[in-house]
Amino acid sequence: MIHIVKKEVSKTRDKILIRVGAVLAALVLSSIIVAFAGANPIELYIGIFQGCFGSIHRFGATIEKMVPLLVLSLGVMVAFKMQFWNIGAEGQFLMGAVGATLVVRLLPNLPLPIMLLCMALLAFIFGAVWLMIPAFFKARFGTNETLFTLMLNYIALTFVTALQYDFWKDPAANGMPKIANLPGNALLPSISGFNLSILFTVIIILVMYFFMNKSKIGFEITVLGESENTARYIGINITKTVIIAAMVSGGLCGLVGMFQISGVSGALSIEITGGLGFTAIIVAWLSGLKVPFVVMNSFFFAILLQGASYIQTAFQIPGSVAEMVQAIVLFFILGSEFILQYRITSDKKKREVA
Amino acid sequence: MEFIFFLSAAVKAGTCLLYATLGEIISEKVGHLNLGVEGMMQMGAVIGFIAGFTFGNPFAAVLCAALAGAAGALIYALLTVSFKANQTVTGLTLSIFGVGFAAFFGKTFVGKKVPEAITTFFQPIKLPFLGDIPFIGDIFFNQSVYVYFSYILVIAIYLYLYKTKWGLNTRMIGENPVAADASGIPVDKYKYFNIVLCGALCGLGGAFLSLVYISVYPVNVVSGRGWIAVCLVIFAMWNPGKAMLGAYFFGALDIASFWLQKYNLPVSIYLFTALPYLATVFVLLFTSMRKINNKKEPAWLGKNYFKEDR
Repeated sequence: MIHIVKKEVSKTRDKILIRVGAVLAALVLSSIIVAFAGANPIELYIGIFQGCFGSIHRFGATIEKMVPLLVLSLGVMVAFKMQFWNIGAEGQFLMGAVGATLVVRLLPNLPLPIMLLCMALLAFIFGAVWLMIPAFFKARFGTNETLFTLMLNYIALTFVTALQYDFWKDPAANGMPKIANLPGNALLPSISGFNLSILFTVIIILVMYFFMNKSKIGFEITVLGESENTARYIGINITKTVIIAAMVSGGLCGLVGMFQISGVSGALSIEITGGLGFTAIIVAWLSGLKVPFVVMNSFFFAILLQGASYIQTAFQIPGSVAEMVQAIVLFFILGSEFILQYRITSDKKKREVA
Repeated sequence: MEFIFFLSAAVKAGTCLLYATLGEIISEKVGHLNLGVEGMMQMGAVIGFIAGFTFGNPFAAVLCAALAGAAGALIYALLTVSFKANQTVTGLTLSIFGVGFAAFFGKTFVGKKVPEAITTFFQPIKLPFLGDIPFIGDIFFNQSVYVYFSYILVIAIYLYLYKTKWGLNTRMIGENPVAADASGIPVDKYKYFNIVLCGALCGLGGAFLSLVYISVYPVNVVSGRGWIAVCLVIFAMWNPGKAMLGAYFFGALDIASFWLQKYNLPVSIYLFTALPYLATVFVLLFTSMRKINNKKEPAWLGKNYFKEDR
């Protein structure tokens, strides 16, 4: 009989080798599909590389795609660390953008620094509340948070649809269903194609690193994730910890909403998320819920995203190919985790050891 | 008469949801939350259409659709059951994959019509006797054979889950795989069977859209209905019979905006769009707050079972 046994630890070298192997295997399979689409895979990969690093402008676009993904992944990571499956990043992202837009609509004449601060604050609060609702019910009644947060994504999406097509529809847009562009005093300043959200992201990375690894609440979140009984035994206030973690998690995702409308799209719309909230879940998970790896993997996925949009225009290859390649890479990495965590042994060997 | 027509259309609109929901119920009953429903429906829809377009045979189209959905589910099963990968992440990935797959392979078929032979085969057929019942006959028994097959499936899946030994074992694995394993039930085999069957049903749900519901292949035929099916499982509290009623209710909401505009009714269409999700949240809260255990999700839903951890 074949047995599967959990490995104690795997060497860092093995980890890197296996992951790289998985990505390579995925790229080989993807190449076959790309060739099927009538393109030369090698040319295509060179195209992706050029699309991401070919010029300062393209590199800026890569970073622009990395910022929201990175912050969303950090947000999701906090909740996951607690074994709280927040798959509602998409909704928190949208609600954050709603909050930021609300500030501009209510107080359109604030000076730029105060405006940005208020937008960020309200985006954080809106995102946080959108996750604290399911967190409260999870802590109080044990309501399944995976399903609840998933539902809240679509409720937020419908809400923004209603805003865009009705309540906040721009009368000056000639009947086009769009929300008015933000005024100049609500836009993040940018220096040669890189907007200020990059600076904030660096700060967020550092703060989150300390929050997760050095702070008391970060420790409590980790303990609660490992075992609820241990947490209760050492006197951690579970409801409080769950709510705070949800606040940080949802708040960060909400903040991305502000970054996105103020730094990239210039207006709230139903398209601003582009499914990043779901990609972030995958990034956070593949990073083993560790801040440095989240940064690394976000960059990797940003390359895929930017490369995809570049090859679409440069090679006329449909963007759906990139979606498939992304999913295939993920399947392989998910599968490779197994090799890292488990070991296959046979009965025979086990007896010899015994 | 107009109202009967609306209800009959609601049944038709709900049928694709019903197939996918029945599939997801059996997958969740065995403890696997597969968020790849959208992806599997997309795969079934596009492969079903391509097969139907190429062969012009309804049986071939439906069979290929089921196989496509099952293939998607097999990837999920391999990763989550054998390789112990996280279910939520794997399911989301499967959805991304399926959407990309359908967009890629369906691209050249956009704007193509469903072949005559298939449209004729899936035309509404009024059943003798049953079709003559006032109201009910017009709503339920003047439909396509694809819809009739879903009625049979509801009964079959109810019997499978609650009246057979296999169904009992399936539910036991979802509630407590440790006990199921200890009593000698081959846990992994059951999981594979239920997950792949779920995929096949999702594929059928997708193909209903591309073969019966529409006449010209659009850019995105499923467009988020898979996520509504995930809701519906909760709304129906994991019960096939309630899934049927829920599917028609959600189906009615799906077509409501068209009817609201037609009669200029002063109700927000956004409310109708959000209603499936709001109703689901309500059910989710209600069942967890009242601690109704037999109507809650299976205890091990979303958790993988690792034998050696026992």
